[in-house]
Amino acid sequence: MKGQDRLHHWLDSRTGIETAVRNFLYENIPASSGWHQVFGSVALFLFLTQAFTGALLAFNYAPTPGDAYNSLRYILAEVTAGRLMRGLHHWGASMMIVVVVLHMTQVFLYGAYKKPREATWMVGVVLMLVTLAYGLTGYLLPWDNRAYWGTVVATQIASQAPVIGPYLARLLGGQDEVGVVTFARFYGLHVLLLPPATLLLIAIHVYLVRKHGVAPQPGDEVRPLKKFYPQQVFRDTVAIFIAFAILFVMAVAVHVPLEQLADPTDTTYIPRPEWYFLFLFQTLKLFEGPLEMVGSVMLPALAVLALVLVPFIDRGRMRKVTERTFAGALVVLAAIGWGALTAVAVATTPKPAMAEQIDFSQPTDWLQLSPVEMAGIGYFRQENCTSCHTVGDGNPKIGPDLASGTHKSAAWMIEHFKHPSAMVPGSAMPPIQLSDAQLNTLAAFLLKLNPRNAEGLQSAPDFAVQGAMIYQNGQCGSCHMVNGVGVKIGPVLNGVKQRRTQQWVEDHFRDPQALSPGSMMPPYRFPPSQMEKIVAYLFVLPD
Amino acid sequence: MVDVPTAPGTSRRGFYLTFIYGLWGLIAAALAAPALLYLLLPPKIRRGSEWIEAADVTQLQPRVPVEVVFRKNRVDGWKITSEKETAWVVKLSDQQTVAFGPQCTHLGCAYHWDEAKSEFLCPCHNSVFAVNGAVISGPAPRPLDRYETKIQDGKLLLGQLRQSTGSKA
Repeated sequence: MKGQDRLHHWLDSRTGIETAVRNFLYENIPASSGWHQVFGSVALFLFLTQAFTGALLAFNYAPTPGDAYNSLRYILAEVTAGRLMRGLHHWGASMMIVVVVLHMTQVFLYGAYKKPREATWMVGVVLMLVTLAYGLTGYLLPWDNRAYWGTVVATQIASQAPVIGPYLARLLGGQDEVGVVTFARFYGLHVLLLPPATLLLIAIHVYLVRKHGVAPQPGDEVRPLKKFYPQQVFRDTVAIFIAFAILFVMAVAVHVPLEQLADPTDTTYIPRPEWYFLFLFQTLKLFEGPLEMVGSVMLPALAVLALVLVPFIDRGRMRKVTERTFAGALVVLAAIGWGALTAVAVATTPKPAMAEQIDFSQPTDWLQLSPVEMAGIGYFRQENCTSCHTVGDGNPKIGPDLASGTHKSAAWMIEHFKHPSAMVPGSAMPPIQLSDAQLNTLAAFLLKLNPRNAEGLQSAPDFAVQGAMIYQNGQCGSCHMVNGVGVKIGPVLNGVKQRRTQQWVEDHFRDPQALSPGSMMPPYRFPPSQMEKIVAYLFVLPD
Repeated sequence: MVDVPTAPGTSRRGFYLTFIYGLWGLIAAALAAPALLYLLLPPKIRRGSEWIEAADVTQLQPRVPVEVVFRKNRVDGWKITSEKETAWVVKLSDQQTVAFGPQCTHLGCAYHWDEAKSEFLCPCHNSVFAVNGAVISGPAPRPLDRYETKIQDGKLLLGQLRQSTGSKA
């Protein structure tokens, strides 16, 4: 025997691994097996990918409410490929739901749950519930506003369940409110309890599939059996590769936002669950008052029960998939129902407040800028300065890097804006046609730029920049202070969101004396679009 | 075993195997490469070297060390902590102002300035340093460590503390 063969022989005689792999790969499958049976393998692959990316995220994640958010920001903004890892984990979760549902749909359509495969189906239903449990518990872990308020809704729904509700809520640590205990429980479930449970359930599921064999279709009994390897393995591999390619592209291209740190005192936040829970969210709205429990607990519980009992409800003989019109109609109805509920939920959800559009997965140094400097960003964008200048990282362009950290004085810059070639002989820069006050804001912003904050300043959202421009034009700073700049004749505007509602501030703009008798503030009748921006700007100011 | 693509069945088998191994190879590479980058590359440091204003150079007496206490941000992963730091600032000449780290280079005790003798004295094991940080006597193995310094508009700015080189001689 050659060396390699001897090694194989030794390994197999001591561990039996080769025989096991061979038995696994050369299993007999029915002649009708084909592309429609790839989804189970894809689901298993996605689960393993989730475990892999989840473990990597855990290497840089601090699972306490105090640090979770900051450590995730660190992963997104500072760790190499951190954004990709989070993208893979986030979209992998969504994809898993899709694939698990496709897998169940296929099994349902083909009637593959029928005797003797009832147990396989029921374990599969449990696996689907476990997949949803991952989604529910993982949703809280970024600990941003979205995570926090989504979980508040979920735990409240759980607490409505008849009899067991209060106990369930206590078990989830969310009896009175979502807090540190809830976080610890959700994290524990997500990374300690659910993964081994999933592995065990998958093992049982796969064992049962092997025990009973892949479900045959009518007509298979007269056709020769096929081998699992290599043709079906090839099909599974292609399907897995397509799923992975879609996942990878989504992780790279579709941005996963991070909202502001969870704020339990935020009364304006509108909670929204993850897309795959939206239909439940909508079902809830159909029932009001004492009937709410019907939509939130009883209907979902009945649906799960019906799913579990499918093999016992349908006990007819195996028929061809093309003859299973009733099953097909059910699937179509379910899809339409789900789609309609989700569509209504999406359509009727109010537009998120402007402040929720801030992407906290990027540096947010701009929050510390004074209104003058913020308004400068507006003119900086309006004048397209970056078409000729680099700012921090990026390919070198014609003009000098504006975030080099060495600055001329503001007076020099303003003179240069007006007469570029007078200050820098040979400069190809066109003169900037702005008023002195506007040039001043531009200079103020540029003075603030340095290599460390360039990214964090440029990520300032447009609404805040435009709000600051309105603030500057209205000369609000001659009576008010923001971020330590301005005059304290009127109240300091940092922290206004703690003191007032947005509606109050809008009304106050229109008629200050009506709301604060004796106020010296003149009325400002901004058009609605401007009003929205200035108020949104004031409400994102740090406290 | 080598698959010889002769019979139609064999060539189809070869086609399957190529794809199975090829696609799994691509998936493994697409997961392993980012994972290695994620684990092995140092994180981007956004809040790099910070310069802290420590003293007004014009107020310093020549060759009279002053103990300066300042706060500095320490970045540790996702945690930024503000820490108290100390430096001994000495204007050695009009051109040169230096800032020493506050610990003796022997075992890290805090030393102090002995005004009578114009020397830095470490109480732990009697290491003695000159006003320029050089070791005069005692067990200290090297001169006092210095902060990176720069002067801007008459203010002394301190950067990172650098371990001094050279021996006691």
